[in-house]
Amino acid sequence: MAQVVGGYFTSHVPSIGGAIQRGDQQAEYWKPFFDGFPPVRQWLADVAPDVAVVFYNDHGLNFFLDAMPTFAVGAAPRYDNADEGWGLPVYKSFEGHPNLSWHVIETLVEAEFDITTCQKMLVDHALSIPFELAWPDAEAWPVRLVPIAINTVQFPLPSPRRCLALGRAVGRALRSWKGDERIVVMGTGGLSHQLEGARAGFLNPDYDRFCLDHLADDPAALTTHSAEEVAELAGTQGVEILNWIAARGALGEAPQAMVMRNYHVPISNTAAATVVLEPA
Amino acid sequence: MCFSFNNAANRAAFLADEEAYCRKYGLTGEQRAAVAARDVPAMLAAGGNVYYLAKLAGILGLNVQDLGALQTGRSVDDFKAMLVAARAGVDPALGGLHIGSRPSASARQRENA
Repeated sequence: MAQVVGGYFTSHVPSIGGAIQRGDQQAEYWKPFFDGFPPVRQWLADVAPDVAVVFYNDHGLNFFLDAMPTFAVGAAPRYDNADEGWGLPVYKSFEGHPNLSWHVIETLVEAEFDITTCQKMLVDHALSIPFELAWPDAEAWPVRLVPIAINTVQFPLPSPRRCLALGRAVGRALRSWKGDERIVVMGTGGLSHQLEGARAGFLNPDYDRFCLDHLADDPAALTTHSAEEVAELAGTQGVEILNWIAARGALGEAPQAMVMRNYHVPISNTAAATVVLEPA
Repeated sequence: MCFSFNNAANRAAFLADEEAYCRKYGLTGEQRAAVAARDVPAMLAAGGNVYYLAKLAGILGLNVQDLGALQTGRSVDDFKAMLVAARAGVDPALGGLHIGSRPSASARQRENA
C-alpha cells in the first residue's frame, strides 16, 4: 500500500523566486528564511518520496475569474509552468501521476466533494517555488505530482472546516491507493500577509503562532474561524493558510510530530514559515 | 484584462496603446480612470483583484511593496521599514528555526541505515 511519509509546508511568494534568481539566499535579508531549508532537504532525502500531492492556490496563470473552481484536482500526465507576467523565470515542468489523480478524484466525488477535474492545467509559482526550495539542484523533479488547487483568491472562499475535510478525504484516498508509492503532502502559501487596501502590509504573528502551534496536534482548532475571520486575522492573502489546513488534513487524524519549523518576518510583504511534519 | 498579461505580446500591446487595450477589454469608465491614474485603491474599488492587478503593476514597473506604499500613503522605504519593524513583535519562541525536540522518524531511519 502507498505510504504518506509526511507533510512539507512553506510560503510561496514570488519574491522568493526573485531571490533565488539573484542568488540572494545568503543575503542578510533572505538568510533567515532560506536557512529553514537544509533540514527540509535532509528530511526529504531521508523519507525519499516519489509522489507529491500539493495543495496550493493558482494566482491567475491557469484560472481566472471567468471560471474559478473552489477545489480543482489535476489529472494530467504533465504540468507546465508558464510566463506569469511579473518577471519570474519559467520553471521546470512536472510529471503527473494520472492514475493516482483519478483515484483521488473518484474518492472525493464518492465522498460528495463536487470538485473540478483538470486533465490539462498550468501550475504557477505556488507550486514551483516550494519545489525549487526543496530540491534546488534537481535537473528534473524527483517526484511525480498530483496538484490540488484551492480558491483562496476570490470570495466566496471555502471554509477552513471544509478544507480540512477535503484534505482528510484526500488522505483516505492516498492511504487506500494500491500502489507502493511514498507520498509527501505539501501545503503552500501564507502565512499572514495582505497586499491590498489601506491595511496593506498587515502581519499577525499572534495568529501565525496559533496556526503553527496547532497544526501538528490539533488542526481542528484552525477550523473554528470562518474564511472571512481568517482574512481578518491573517490578512486577505494570509487566507492561503487554507492550503496548509487541507494538506494537514491529508496527513490523517492522528497527531503529527514536528520535524522542523521556521518562522521569519518579513519576506517581501509576508510573514514566512516553513514546517515539516511526519507521523508521530 | 489582467489575465491577458500572462502573455508578453499582450503586455507590449498594453504599453504601446493603453487606451485601445482597455477598450478592447470593455473596461468601465470607472475602471479605465483608475488604470489611467495608476490609482490602486480605485482599481480595487472598481472590482479588481490584487492577485491579478499585480500583473498590471508589473507592466508599470511596480512590485507588491510599491503597491503597499501607494495604498498606505507611505514612501516605499517607510513601507519596507514598517514590515521589518513587525519583527520586533515576534516572540523568540515563535521566530527562527526550531528543530523537533524528539528524534524524528527520519533521524531514527538515518541511524538505522
